[in-house]
Amino acid sequence: MAMNGKGTLLDAASLPVKEFDGIIVGGGGSGMMASLQLAKSGLNTAVVSKVFPTRSHTVSAQGGITCSIQSADPDDDWRWHMYDTVKGSDFIGDQDSIEYMCKEGPEAIFELENMGLPFSRTDEGKIYQRAFGGQSKDYGKGGQAERTCAAADRTGHALLHTLFQANVKAGTNFLSEWFAVDLVKNQNDQVVGVIAFEIESGEPFFLKSKATVLATGGAGRIYQTTSNALINTGDGTGMALRAGYPVQDMEMWQFHPTGIHGHGTLVTEGCRGEGGYLINKDGERFMERYAPNYKDLASRDVVARSMFTEILEGRGCGPDADHVFLKLDHLGPEIVHKRLPGVTELSKRFAHVDPAEHPIPVVPTCHYAMGGIPTNVHGQVISQNPDGTDKIIDGLYAAGEAACVSVHGGNRLGGNSLLDLIVFGRSAGLHIEETFKSGIELDNPSSGDIDYALRNLNRVNVSQSGENFVEVKKDLQKTMQMNFGVFRTEELMVNGIKEVSNLREKSQNIHLADKSSQFNTARVEALELLNLIEVAEATAISANERKESRGAHSREDYPERDDDNWLKHSIYYADSKQVSKREVNFRPKQVQAFQPIVRTY
Amino acid sequence: MNSIAANEIKTLKLSIYRYDPLKKEKPYMQDFDIDIPLEKDLMVLDVLMLAKEKDPSISFRRSCREGVCGSDGLNINGKNGLGCITPLSDAVRSNKLSIRPLPGLPVIKDLIVDMKQFVDQYKKVKPYLITDKKVDTREAIPQTVQEREKLDGLYECIMCGCCSTACPSFWWNPDKFLGPAALLQAYRFIADSRDTATEERLEQLEDAFSVFRCHGIMNCVSVCPKGLNPTKAIGEIKKMLVKRAL
Repeated sequence: MAMNGKGTLLDAASLPVKEFDGIIVGGGGSGMMASLQLAKSGLNTAVVSKVFPTRSHTVSAQGGITCSIQSADPDDDWRWHMYDTVKGSDFIGDQDSIEYMCKEGPEAIFELENMGLPFSRTDEGKIYQRAFGGQSKDYGKGGQAERTCAAADRTGHALLHTLFQANVKAGTNFLSEWFAVDLVKNQNDQVVGVIAFEIESGEPFFLKSKATVLATGGAGRIYQTTSNALINTGDGTGMALRAGYPVQDMEMWQFHPTGIHGHGTLVTEGCRGEGGYLINKDGERFMERYAPNYKDLASRDVVARSMFTEILEGRGCGPDADHVFLKLDHLGPEIVHKRLPGVTELSKRFAHVDPAEHPIPVVPTCHYAMGGIPTNVHGQVISQNPDGTDKIIDGLYAAGEAACVSVHGGNRLGGNSLLDLIVFGRSAGLHIEETFKSGIELDNPSSGDIDYALRNLNRVNVSQSGENFVEVKKDLQKTMQMNFGVFRTEELMVNGIKEVSNLREKSQNIHLADKSSQFNTARVEALELLNLIEVAEATAISANERKESRGAHSREDYPERDDDNWLKHSIYYADSKQVSKREVNFRPKQVQAFQPIVRTY
Repeated sequence: MNSIAANEIKTLKLSIYRYDPLKKEKPYMQDFDIDIPLEKDLMVLDVLMLAKEKDPSISFRRSCREGVCGSDGLNINGKNGLGCITPLSDAVRSNKLSIRPLPGLPVIKDLIVDMKQFVDQYKKVKPYLITDKKVDTREAIPQTVQEREKLDGLYECIMCGCCSTACPSFWWNPDKFLGPAALLQAYRFIADSRDTATEERLEQLEDAFSVFRCHGIMNCVSVCPKGLNPTKAIGEIKKMLVKRAL
């Protein structure tokens, strides 16, 4: 039964059902780490991915995966990594989660290596580690650390392909090029699967499951200029919000310092880790003024703000003085071409320069959502009870960039996202495995529950007239870029919230002109817009609510960090459009909690 | 700098292969006039997206738009390549750009081909590390810098399919000849010092078709958007197979 232009409404009675033990929505790093765990445990699992898994955005990660494996430095300590990460988060990262990630990380790295990941090597035959931003030895007292494990500058590619290969070996069931539309909930607020359709045939299904993992990645496409792939439309985040679940810290968007000017594609922080640095139009290495100790390897929020300040004060490069230069040529062609071959390729392709000879024009670009669907360390999605305490949602998990287990807080350190994917993709898998061992029963959804989850798909399928979704998307991206960028003010944001709200109205009335069933990419894009709108509105309202400057959230009207009022997570619900606060975890199990200090680099 | 050539283009004559399996029409080429902004050297994918704004029913795959995910392998003015990293200044001839699906695979719709045969061949070579080296989960399997260097030029494959679908031997025997992409992958594991299944891998490849249908035409090398050399990897496998047979 394929969807077609005849305007037939889908309903629970006619919708075919496929049943699984576990469903993972998303075939990137965290999804395939979770699926690998489940395939090994013999559970009947399906990975639902809107693209063939190796097309997922994990493939674009360049510089590496940060972890204290004691290769570059035999005395390295996961607690130093933890300290850096807590400080990097501007103290709203959950310390139980950060502890778990930094401590469990090495085992996950070695597991990947044992699977075949082609890490670069040291002269001793160990995994190569490079310097990255915000990394220190001895709790910030021992100077720059080298802690980021790398496969040249193609670490994400190597990692994603290795995970795909391991899943092929394990016999994982891929529903490749399937689009998940909405979560199905039963009357007990438990998640029992998703509505999805096979893109090639246009056939919709209810994919029933006792454990649904949202591993749908980021949503950088809410902005006009982004490093993110075209597929990064926040699908899982949109699904969670529409199902009535909250998102956390959505105001926290990382702008990566070195996006190629005019395109948005990244060149890795590893460029600076290998000795590259930023210069303004006078050729001055300006980061020495902003971060005297760490200079170009200060954390990303600090570097991005410094770059914009240079540009705003008239020291930008180029005819429009709208970017700065990343200088690598002093490293010599040997280092540049061998350690940074991917960067060389991208730079030649998109900036028309060979970085071994000329500097690369760069400008900060939207890169990563620190916020997302709140979870505990097992990937279980959390909502709130009326009294503000945490409530675990049965049947629903989230991992990777879509999730907010909050290891990144207000600002993510470079190399920590791949580690997050691996560690928490696995921990979600492990928890599902254990849950099945101890027995799990979820009530069946009623036909009304299923019909409710079909509402958006039906609305788009029967639309006869209305808004052009491509135009709505463009307007949304422009609005977010203008009003919720690196520097924020109440005036801009209030205006932005109004515009996003108008665009939401329009998105309720979009017109899908082409109703054909087979490989209808217009239908996919129309449904993606609904997710972008959810993420954008959550970002906009949360950003205006957080009345302080912390991490990536920098307000000209509230320039100081306000620990008295905002050493908290923000929690946002789409139904009420209200923001509440949630306590940050300061209870790691094996170390003393790190208390907030003034954050300088 | 390629921008000078691009500046000469104003209204591009674009021609796109169209096919809808549910309609009775045969496949045809649909023509578009696309206005190109003068200051930028757009990529082929940018032009496809501009065309899709005019006609949203055009279907093609895309994801990273920076040449690493391998979604948008296309036949561009007669040559296979990735839409997102092929600049107009390289691709356009006499102000004309003709875009067709990758050749040799069944077309699902418009520019989207069925990759199943391609992926099946990939899976046949056991594209994962097989090792009996003692694995302690608390450490990495050692590998020297020199051993690791042998994987350069092999592990970077993005599975876009440009090579295999440019290969006459693959067109002829897509079920029996593994094709350059799968064979590059086979050699990536044979060449990995950590892998101990070389004998098993070679045994699987020694029939008359899997490897030996490669006649060194080198179309794969000429089209690979990552600059890889599958013919060389296939040559290495052939050498090992011959040596083994002696």
